[in-house]
Amino acid sequence: MTMLLDVTDLRKTFPARTGLFGNVIDRVHAVDGISFSIAEGRTLGLVGESGCGKSTVGRAILRLIEPSSGAIRFQGNDITKLPPAELRALRRRMQIVFQDPYSSLNPRKRAGDIVAEPLMVHGIAKAAERREIVAALFAKVGLQPRQMGLFPHQFSGGQRQRISIARALSLGPRFIVADEPVSALDVSVQAQVINLLMDLQAQEGLSYLFISHNLAVVEHVSHDVAVMYLGRIVEHTDKASIFARPLHPYTQALMAAVPVPDPSIRRDKKHVMGDVPSPINRPPGCHFHPRCPLAQPRCRTEEPVLREVQPGHRVACHLV
Amino acid sequence: MSEVLYYARRYPLGVIGALILIVFVLTAVFAGVVAPLDPLTTNPRASLAPPSSTYLMGADMMGRDVLSRMIHGARISLAVALGATCIGSGLGAMLGLASGYLGGWFDLIVQRVAEIMQSLPLLVMALVITASLGPSLTNTIIAIAIPLVPNVARVIRANVLSLRELNYVEAARAVGMSQARIALVHVFPNTLAPLIVLATAQLGSTILTEASLSFLGLGVPEPYPSWGRMLSESAAEYMRSAPWLVIFPGLAISLVVFGTNLFGDALRDILDPRQGD
Amino acid sequence: MAPVLEVSGLTTVFHTRGGIVRAVQDVSFSVEAGETLAIVGESGCGKTMTALSLMRLIPSPPGQITAGMVKVAGTDLLALDEASMRRMRGSQIAMIFQEPMTALNPLLTVGRQIAEMVSLHENVSRRAANARAVEMLHHVRIPAPERRAREYPHQMSGGMRQRAMIAMALACKPKVLIADEPTTALDVTIQAQVLDLIGDLRKELGTAVVLITHDLGVVAETADRMIVMYAGRKVEEGRTKDLFADPCHPYLQGLLASVPRFGGGEGERLREIPGIVPPLNDLPKGCAFAPRCQSAIGRCRDEVPPLEPKRPGHAAACWVT
Repeated sequence: MTMLLDVTDLRKTFPARTGLFGNVIDRVHAVDGISFSIAEGRTLGLVGESGCGKSTVGRAILRLIEPSSGAIRFQGNDITKLPPAELRALRRRMQIVFQDPYSSLNPRKRAGDIVAEPLMVHGIAKAAERREIVAALFAKVGLQPRQMGLFPHQFSGGQRQRISIARALSLGPRFIVADEPVSALDVSVQAQVINLLMDLQAQEGLSYLFISHNLAVVEHVSHDVAVMYLGRIVEHTDKASIFARPLHPYTQALMAAVPVPDPSIRRDKKHVMGDVPSPINRPPGCHFHPRCPLAQPRCRTEEPVLREVQPGHRVACHLV
Repeated sequence: MSEVLYYARRYPLGVIGALILIVFVLTAVFAGVVAPLDPLTTNPRASLAPPSSTYLMGADMMGRDVLSRMIHGARISLAVALGATCIGSGLGAMLGLASGYLGGWFDLIVQRVAEIMQSLPLLVMALVITASLGPSLTNTIIAIAIPLVPNVARVIRANVLSLRELNYVEAARAVGMSQARIALVHVFPNTLAPLIVLATAQLGSTILTEASLSFLGLGVPEPYPSWGRMLSESAAEYMRSAPWLVIFPGLAISLVVFGTNLFGDALRDILDPRQGD
Repeated sequence: MAPVLEVSGLTTVFHTRGGIVRAVQDVSFSVEAGETLAIVGESGCGKTMTALSLMRLIPSPPGQITAGMVKVAGTDLLALDEASMRRMRGSQIAMIFQEPMTALNPLLTVGRQIAEMVSLHENVSRRAANARAVEMLHHVRIPAPERRAREYPHQMSGGMRQRAMIAMALACKPKVLIADEPTTALDVTIQAQVLDLIGDLRKELGTAVVLITHDLGVVAETADRMIVMYAGRKVEEGRTKDLFADPCHPYLQGLLASVPRFGGGEGERLREIPGIVPPLNDLPKGCAFAPRCQSAIGRCRDEVPPLEPKRPGHAAACWVT
């Protein structure tokens, strides 16, 4: 299988505190050495709770924020050191869809212009032709081409998300980072957007990095799943294995905590205690040990390495 | 044209504001035609004459017609008010936009300079500027505009800082749009609302600053009248004995400020597509 | 057992420039002591407005409760004057919100805020009120409650703040607790902890809980009974078990089918509910769901269906089923 995207040891730190002269005193390790790859036409679901660094990963891949170190190979070329001109060309091949359907569209621009903007930036087609392309994109994402003249506030949340998707598709990308694309939507509308994303994948062979905190949604859309905790991947494998037999205690805890919409299933109520620690001040050893019901003395001092415990199933835990 | 009518129907208060401003501007432009008497001719017998059929708004100490002086004064007052506000807000908006969007060293320097400027009273700074440039209409406008810049720059910068984080700005970067174009297309139009509010709020104070400068002999040179000077020259002495010297210029200033506010509010709404339906 | 909270015919409207917005229309329900009733619906269905109407916290104007009765332990809240209503809030009926950061005062310690709540409603000394604050923090399982009572809201995590909110709401042992999306802003592992906590406290204190949520998973795990709202009206009501097993209203059927679930079919399409929720100032003439309903018949477009029993203890407002 050819890999479209190959991320190796990606790191991103942010200054948490700076001194009087702008010298950095403390750093937040938002993304702390993660590696994964995504093949053509596949979806990797990236799961984790707030502050685990999953959104930072998505933005670093698109170089919307500069990674601190690591390699990001897209179609074989490392894009972390691309000069601006080549980066611009790369923008045509990878795109992003955001969570918030309100802040992701400029309220002062018409929907059609929002979708046409990437075409203009890259000087694709003349005005009349552009209109046709945009109309076709509208139809593709399930909007009426006659809605092109409306402003974002005249659309519902789900429709706005469709506009965002149309904008991302306008340059004909191969890869899309979908950062919590349905989290802000109502349940009935969520299904519409998920179906749209999956249809587009089937039609155009797109690859997705699907970032979400919702395990049920991730299970539905992904081929592979990676679970993040405090900047690291703790478990990574194909969807069937991870949902059938999660190995990392955190993945297990996460799954146990998801409320299941079926009152006939009464699960045992053993929920992990405590809060997610701050990424500035992470516990030593395995970052999960203070909340882990199985923690051993070793977990407090020694950092577990993400290693392959079964073919294609990587886990970072001393006990597996 | 039909668009103007459409907005006029939706914002009747804005229309009132616009009419007030239009009347004042036309008066200023055609002052020579409209004014019943010469604003500079003195008449010792009419000194402090109350409003009458000859002197509709009374006469001042030197017997000059108040109405005519007000009509001619509109030229200076409006030129100063609109000129200084536009220059000050425009410069401030540009600096604030660049400062907030670019960040880094540029931002640091702009902000420190703005803080230093803000620590000086507006009038003192205007005084220093006119004193060094010499009194004239242009210099007065410049002197009043410059102290407005840091205020506007800081408000716009704060606004830009929050806009910069919005997903649509990130989305524009993700499609490869240049920084300058993002700042102009996506960030600047969304700072118009605070800019208009700020500019209309400052309009009144510019008229009064001009008055203070003129009173100190650093504004537009004598004997050309301006509302601010008419007000400040007579406020202390004649408030009781000849109130028309104070009331009419005061009323004119208030009306212009009122008109700009009404018009500014409507303009802000019209420029916001979310208010469209 | 007699219900602690009885709501009947509650109707709330908002007078706006765009016309009259009918946020809540003729909503009735009752909750017993120690019971959890969930109000489920999507944004704009009127569930939060129902909660605010129960607390009489509707901003007025433009809002107005035009009809109905809200009885807590026999007292009709809608008939009270504002001063008596203030005494009821916190002591008889309390509310927790989605975002605990904005519901707590950032300038006061958490302990002080809880103590203030106590001294507002009970004639106790300052020391006793402070002691109660610590006791309540302990009650909501905040570790080291004496130390936490002296902390400010920003020093706590989101989950801890929501616990503190619950401690404050329950400090005066109200008979009814209204929880408006109490876990929506929290991470799943924290959400599970907070839901457990609300369930346990309800049993210990015998509080009646009205849980407002859009999350069907949360409903299934916590509620004894539920009502489903759509466009300001109650469209289905019954025991949670029954409604999930055998939904009557096409809206609930659609909702249940559109949620992705664990172990769902491989890459299967989710069922969509086409279209969008109608604006509340421009509702269709008949059933508000009719334009999105696949089983709609002619009558659905002309007449609003009444809520009627479809099975024992299970009512729905639908002409078709």
